[in-house]
Amino acid sequence: MANGTIAVSEKSFYEESTNKHSGILAWLLTTDHKRIGLMYLYTISGFFIVGVILGLLMRLELIAPGETIVSAQTYNTFFTLHGVIMIFLFIVPGLPAIFGNFFLPIQLGAKDVSFPRLNLLSWYVYMIGAVLVLVSLFLPGGPIDTGWTFYIPYSVRTGTNVSLAIFAAFVLGFSSILTGINFVTTVHRLRAPGMGFFRMPLFIWSIYSTAWIQIIATPIIGITILLVILERAFGVGIFDPALGGDPILYQHLFWIYSHPAVYIMILPAMGVVSEIIPTFARRTIFGYKAIAFSSLAIAFVGYLVWAHHMFTSGISDTARIIFSLLTFIVALPSGVKVFNWVATMYKGSIDPKPPLLWVMAFIVLFSIGGLTGLVVGSLATDIHLHDTYFVVAHFHYVMFGGTGTIFFAALYYWFPKMFGRMYNIKLANWGVGLFFVAFNMLYFPKFILGYMGMPRRYFDYLPEFTDLHVISTVGSWLMGITMIIVFGNIFYSAFKGPKAPRNPWGGVTLEWHTASPPPLENFHEIPTVTREPYDFSQLEEMNDESK
Amino acid sequence: MHQEETNHHSTGYGTYILVWLALIALTSITVTVAGIDFGMVALAIAMLIAAIKSALVINIFMHIKYEEPIFKVFLLVSGFTIVVIFVLTFLDVVNR
Repeated sequence: MANGTIAVSEKSFYEESTNKHSGILAWLLTTDHKRIGLMYLYTISGFFIVGVILGLLMRLELIAPGETIVSAQTYNTFFTLHGVIMIFLFIVPGLPAIFGNFFLPIQLGAKDVSFPRLNLLSWYVYMIGAVLVLVSLFLPGGPIDTGWTFYIPYSVRTGTNVSLAIFAAFVLGFSSILTGINFVTTVHRLRAPGMGFFRMPLFIWSIYSTAWIQIIATPIIGITILLVILERAFGVGIFDPALGGDPILYQHLFWIYSHPAVYIMILPAMGVVSEIIPTFARRTIFGYKAIAFSSLAIAFVGYLVWAHHMFTSGISDTARIIFSLLTFIVALPSGVKVFNWVATMYKGSIDPKPPLLWVMAFIVLFSIGGLTGLVVGSLATDIHLHDTYFVVAHFHYVMFGGTGTIFFAALYYWFPKMFGRMYNIKLANWGVGLFFVAFNMLYFPKFILGYMGMPRRYFDYLPEFTDLHVISTVGSWLMGITMIIVFGNIFYSAFKGPKAPRNPWGGVTLEWHTASPPPLENFHEIPTVTREPYDFSQLEEMNDESK
Repeated sequence: MHQEETNHHSTGYGTYILVWLALIALTSITVTVAGIDFGMVALAIAMLIAAIKSALVINIFMHIKYEEPIFKVFLLVSGFTIVVIFVLTFLDVVNR
């Protein structure tokens, strides 16, 4: 694939800084995309763990009917914070900000992103948003209790700190837009010589599609949030029917962003899958262009389906039928991807290492999430299942089973490159296995509970739901243990793991052509790309490179 | 930097002031029309005026008129997305 990339590496990016400072300042003022990616990794993982703890506490509260460990009001703030943290602080920024930052320039053969300082600024903006969320918890008025969707009219009437918490989401949106602009520009301007659009790895294609959604859709949630703050402060009446406003308009505006945001969350995950499968099947990807264009198609169709979240809100019948129909179209590009992944593995030489096992878990969990999406996307069945645990189970299968699983897949795939060390493979295999069991135990009972009529966001329930709730809570404990194993393995190995070679998995995209961890500007000489992205015939040649 | 800017087409202050006056005129038309009961047509008029105003701002103040075609393509894609979003939202509002 590339010539002239032989790294006579002396120093890695850990040992060489972009500024004159040393220690913590060298990190806080860095413009190196790899260091910024790692700073995102640490902060985002931290918030993820907070979100997990809130989830565990919620499950513990639901182990028996009635009040067990927290009051109803505290439970409301728990599920709101769990949602806000997991969506705005973990899943939306997760894959693009961590792995996009670290690997997009390397896979393109560039020294950095187009705007390195803007990149650092977007990390600071993210941190300011995160701090505002935390501050809103402790100010008088109390933590926000509206649910992560901030629906009108409750979000205007409640006395909790709604304005500050949603302003935090507004600030986080800016971080997302800045990252998006940076990535689009980098893809257009900084591709290495010979790297045409159709020689870009599919992870880049997915990050590129995601960046476009970030740029185009995020301003809509920004302005919507400002309108809610205006409404709370001055009662301007945009959403209040008594003053000529429309409460359903809020739901439209919210979901015009938040549905495309679902694709901001899942598209990069699909890109990671398209990287991992060829590497561990030792076979070029089946249907490269189909996968690349399906990313763009998902990004576009994602704009046309938002009102399927609003089937029971009182929107017109015409709109309900059209949005239900449009929703089914999303299944087409998603299906294109799944079939191409499976076809890639056909007659491949499959090597079941931990990253591939995470991807296997993803395909099963995401397929369950996707197929149950058809159930709630159909107008008739959604009327029965709307706002029940069925929906909770569905989006956890899609979000956590989809993007969450791939967050770990990406971490276990690229860890040797990022840290220059290797983790314990056996423990990693156990981690995936336990995750799969814990996940299904935790979330599958929710499908049944929802079908039986258990409403979401309820603090209490009827005695006949107890058994399934207990199974789910025990599953949450197993998930807690799994998280300790999965993160523990990574954390320990980052310090004590054995040194990793430059290409432990036999990957062929550009990041495997440089040292582990990479030098400051990624390559000692900008590579010239002469091959297709997944051409495995170069592996032997690459082995010679590293000698 | 200066060298680059002189290569671009430069717009005189006269044009900027004319466009500014046009924007003010269009705003006052919007305000006046809002006071008359045109029913559903009022919305169409308001949207049309807003479209003309944004076209002026984007082309003249934001210099898109003198930029490379790629910027125009991106702008059109964004504009098209907004039009689609409006049409789909109105499927609800008009039929409710």
